[in-house]
Amino acid sequence: MTWKNLKNRLGHAGYVSSDELSMAIYIALQLERPILLEGDAGVGKTQVAKTIAEIEDTELIRLQCYEGLDAAAAIYEWNYQRQLLSIRASADSGVSPDKIENRIFSREFLLERPLLRAIQQERPPVLLIDEIDRADEEFEAFLLEILSDFQITIPELGTIAATSKPIVVLTANGTRDLSDALRRRCIYSHVPFPDRATELAILRMRAPELSPRLAGQIVGFVQSIRKEDLEKKPGIAETLDWAAALAGLGLKDLTEDPVALQASLVALLKTEADQAALPGEVVQRLAGVAG
Amino acid sequence: MATVTKFPTRTSIPERMGDFTRHLRQNGFRVGMQETEMGLQSLEGINLSNPLEVRMALKAVCCADLHAFGRFDDLFNAFWLNQSLMRTDHQQTKVNKPDRRTIDNLSKFMMQHDTGNTGENETPDGDRDGEANSDGEGKLLSTRVFNKNQIDMREYLQSEDRAAAEQAAQRIAAAIRYKRSRRRKADRKGAIIDLRRVIRRSIGTGGEPVQLLRRRRPDRPAHLVAILDVSGSMTIYARVFLAFIRGLIDVDRRADAFLFHTNLMNVSDALRDSNSLRAVNRLSMMAQGFGGGTRIGYCLHQFNTQYASRIIGRRSVVIIMSDGYDTGDSKIVGTELSRLRRKGCKIIWLNPLLGWKHYEPVAASMSAALPYLDKFSPCNTLESLAALEFELEQL
Repeated sequence: MTWKNLKNRLGHAGYVSSDELSMAIYIALQLERPILLEGDAGVGKTQVAKTIAEIEDTELIRLQCYEGLDAAAAIYEWNYQRQLLSIRASADSGVSPDKIENRIFSREFLLERPLLRAIQQERPPVLLIDEIDRADEEFEAFLLEILSDFQITIPELGTIAATSKPIVVLTANGTRDLSDALRRRCIYSHVPFPDRATELAILRMRAPELSPRLAGQIVGFVQSIRKEDLEKKPGIAETLDWAAALAGLGLKDLTEDPVALQASLVALLKTEADQAALPGEVVQRLAGVAG
Repeated sequence: MATVTKFPTRTSIPERMGDFTRHLRQNGFRVGMQETEMGLQSLEGINLSNPLEVRMALKAVCCADLHAFGRFDDLFNAFWLNQSLMRTDHQQTKVNKPDRRTIDNLSKFMMQHDTGNTGENETPDGDRDGEANSDGEGKLLSTRVFNKNQIDMREYLQSEDRAAAEQAAQRIAAAIRYKRSRRRKADRKGAIIDLRRVIRRSIGTGGEPVQLLRRRRPDRPAHLVAILDVSGSMTIYARVFLAFIRGLIDVDRRADAFLFHTNLMNVSDALRDSNSLRAVNRLSMMAQGFGGGTRIGYCLHQFNTQYASRIIGRRSVVIIMSDGYDTGDSKIVGTELSRLRRKGCKIIWLNPLLGWKHYEPVAASMSAALPYLDKFSPCNTLESLAALEFELEQL
């Protein structure tokens, strides 16, 4: 498989990927390295992982990061209730403490969380670690062992090596700067907002029912409001939502119905300040020149 | 592309790849053996005769962040395609006296040149409306008038203040802790029982959890961001605050510092420069416009758009040091502060004028800012900064 091949396969699966991104994914797959995707919210970083899982025909294991995420929620945890019950049951039967300890700290009593599950699959799954910058720095340190050696060390049990190396996709959108140690273990690619042609291709693929004229206008409009000073710039997901909203309203042309157009912007602008920043006149003007 | 490189056959590809990583390293990339190796591996699967493919492949391997990502193409072209490009950073900043580099030398140097400097700086500047020109009118209206373009920051960072400033900064950094962590760690008096450890202990007692071990939320240091107003009306306090910021940067590796007057600049890196003479020089270059007008709203806007999304989080505490006198639109100050607040950080405003008798925060910008502040305190000397420790603990 060459990188162009990969790009085509991503395209067939519904993901329009730039050359740079395709090459980065290709190299990550070739070198069996994790890939770190950075970019604004809504540019399709998460979708990359879903699409790779689709073309590789494998399971997608997703770990959504949040502040306070710890090893117990991400890697493994002991099943305390079962352990307690087991100790009580064995204590009455007179089994030696050593044996009890060995038993309750065995795989049987281990609750697998996404990361442990990801390295124990028969067929390499895609492991999506979403919004890694939301997790605290301590959590990054947990990841290092998994990302570089594909193994997990459990103090009571020893080191568990991967049965198959998962395809790891990490995404970040700059909530916090990531450590160099983590960055260096990854292949890096920055996913920008798509240019006009790419976005049009995506829209055509995802919403083939739109007329070419309306699709062109939608993309032109979204491209121009991204240049405005907005708090939350609309991503591709928003473009697609908005296109669906417009199609639902039965609009054939952006300039056709100013009231409906303004109302449909709820799908595109997600904060009060942003909605206030684009009053009716501005929207009309942008809609007039779009497409 | 039919471009031919300078060394088509003389050396092997691995060797050239090693040279390339060195080239990147000299340009500030964090790359090493590992990247050389990965780069070579990545070349195996692509068409080597197409420079575009090679560039994209090496880019994925060698870049680690957005900054590197933006610069890579030029550096690649410079190295492989003979399009010459000068190294853009890591060049020594030009210093006036390159032979004096250590801190000790710096202080001697400052003493020797002290008279010379003030003489230069006391040249009145026609652009200023002379608010600070009135000689001898007490301490607050200093006679020092600053040349807009050449400010020597050395006198603002004299070593005698440093120890006191660092101490104050250290105490303040320690006082502001983030107490809302959801992570927990072992602690004798914690509120929550640590089941994992309880189970382990209970094996010895036949499954009877005799000893209850606990966990609690740990205290963590907050991320401090200092934003200092260095406009004309603040010049007399600038020294105190700059020393404080310097101390803050020294004691807390994660703290960030910004200066603003009509523009905002990030001085964290300059202040962290291990070569202190170069640090001072870098700062001096950045401080163009020092002592001029203020555009608080505009600078906060710059902060929000350029830095806030990256560095401000729920654990951040933003300390703004300004007197609130603004030559820009005061409405923006309110808007921008509310925007900043939504990131979940705490905002502290230290105003040197607040210490004065009968002072009311009537300056338009100041009153616009008030609703968004977690703390509004007086502050004009290092002692008063240090005294803030207890108040900030309450935040």
